[in-house]
Amino acid sequence: MALRTPLYAEHARLGARLVPFGGWDMPLHYGSQIEEHDAVREHAGMFDVSHMCPVDIEGPDAQAFLRRLLANDVAKLKTVGKALYSCMLNDSGGVVDDLIVYLRGPAGHYRLVVNAGTADKDLSWLESHRTGFDVEIRRRDDLAMIAVQGPQARELTATCLPREMADSALELALFHATECGGWFIARTGYTGEDGFEILLPADHAVDLWSVLLDAGVRPCGLGARDTLRLEAGMNLYGQDMGEDVGPLESGLEWTIAWEPAEREFIGRAALDELRASPERREFVGLLLTGRGVIRAHQTVLSNGREVGEITSGGFSPTLQRSIALARVAPGLGETCEVEIRGKPVPARIVKPPFVRHGRILIEP
Amino acid sequence: MSNLPADLKYTKTHEWVRDNGDGTVTVGITDHAQDALGDIVFVEAPESGRTVAAEDACAVVESVKAASDIYSPIAGEIVEGNAALADTPDAINTSPYGDGWIFRLTPADMGALDGLLDAAAYEQVVADES
Repeated sequence: MALRTPLYAEHARLGARLVPFGGWDMPLHYGSQIEEHDAVREHAGMFDVSHMCPVDIEGPDAQAFLRRLLANDVAKLKTVGKALYSCMLNDSGGVVDDLIVYLRGPAGHYRLVVNAGTADKDLSWLESHRTGFDVEIRRRDDLAMIAVQGPQARELTATCLPREMADSALELALFHATECGGWFIARTGYTGEDGFEILLPADHAVDLWSVLLDAGVRPCGLGARDTLRLEAGMNLYGQDMGEDVGPLESGLEWTIAWEPAEREFIGRAALDELRASPERREFVGLLLTGRGVIRAHQTVLSNGREVGEITSGGFSPTLQRSIALARVAPGLGETCEVEIRGKPVPARIVKPPFVRHGRILIEP
Repeated sequence: MSNLPADLKYTKTHEWVRDNGDGTVTVGITDHAQDALGDIVFVEAPESGRTVAAEDACAVVESVKAASDIYSPIAGEIVEGNAALADTPDAINTSPYGDGWIFRLTPADMGALDGLLDAAAYEQVVADES
């Protein structure tokens, strides 16, 4: 039996196509995935992301614990509310999960938000490494989460919040969060647009969803969420990276805090080894110049030779072309082909992101 | 329930067939099929002159979700692929039985149409799938 978020009945009422995702029944779309995608790029859309799992980590050793468990360094979080994106690695440098960690209090209170399908695994991983650390690890299944994204998202959300909360939400800098009365509002997202991700008590979720709907924010499903994040060049766990492919080969080197050198985070030794290896594969963006649609797991060719694999692919509504993320052999140059249904189709190698803040960032 | 014109023939693989009365038939995918696929973003229609057998994969429809083969309901020769779908693939979503047609075919044997499903039988196929 799949899990249901507190907004399940709202999705059904709005005519959503519900699909299984990470153990949950989630909306794929509410009619047109492309219209939902465009709404986020041009106006404002909202996503029920209550399937994602908040985990609070507190205690005297919370910072030391997370500096051991995460490849990025939570010591960079100097101000309360600041967020950091990080991978949590296994010993071989593969990714257990990718997550966002927030600093919640000066005394070392942290909140992680991890993926739905990996939440149980993540919790066991955290628990199995807590020996010697004085920390409390608390899974927050009592919280729902709504992401409001798009150029109008912040303004419209503010009209739906109590005055005091609205003011502090509008003052948030990028990648910062504020808390008030059990609500946690972060200026973060997974679409390449401005906006908020709001964690709130599960029994408040329907009320917020309803006022956002009345304010003209369009409900959007996981389909649009995937094309938006692909255009924004953001990785999807389990697809672009996973237990067997780490951050160095999935475009996430920027999330590894190599300094200070003495910080021994899990996976570091394996990363150090791969870092200098000539075999290290590159993670690139592809823009299909021929006709068709690139899909995950298709083969990348260069001069007829197999040189890599598509990790995420699809049709970009903003570019009106097919785009992809791919892991390829180093030194390919500017073009390649993708084997689509048995035929090589030409593509250009580009640097993601493809789209940010409604603007196309690559040469068409 | 999705739209199912009574004057068309259908296949288990969700194509519809219209007898044009001039020795040709037109083929597309059903309203149910387009709804299940989601927004259509790319269509590879067959080239004219190609000879196809019944159940040959002869066109490709790609939605935001996945690629799907379109099968020729009966044997014959392709008269024309719908070239307009190159620029407006979403016509399959908005008008699956009209502007969203995919190809025209001259059947090797018009009698083969009788072997296809009528609207009621196709409706049962859809009901059994869900």
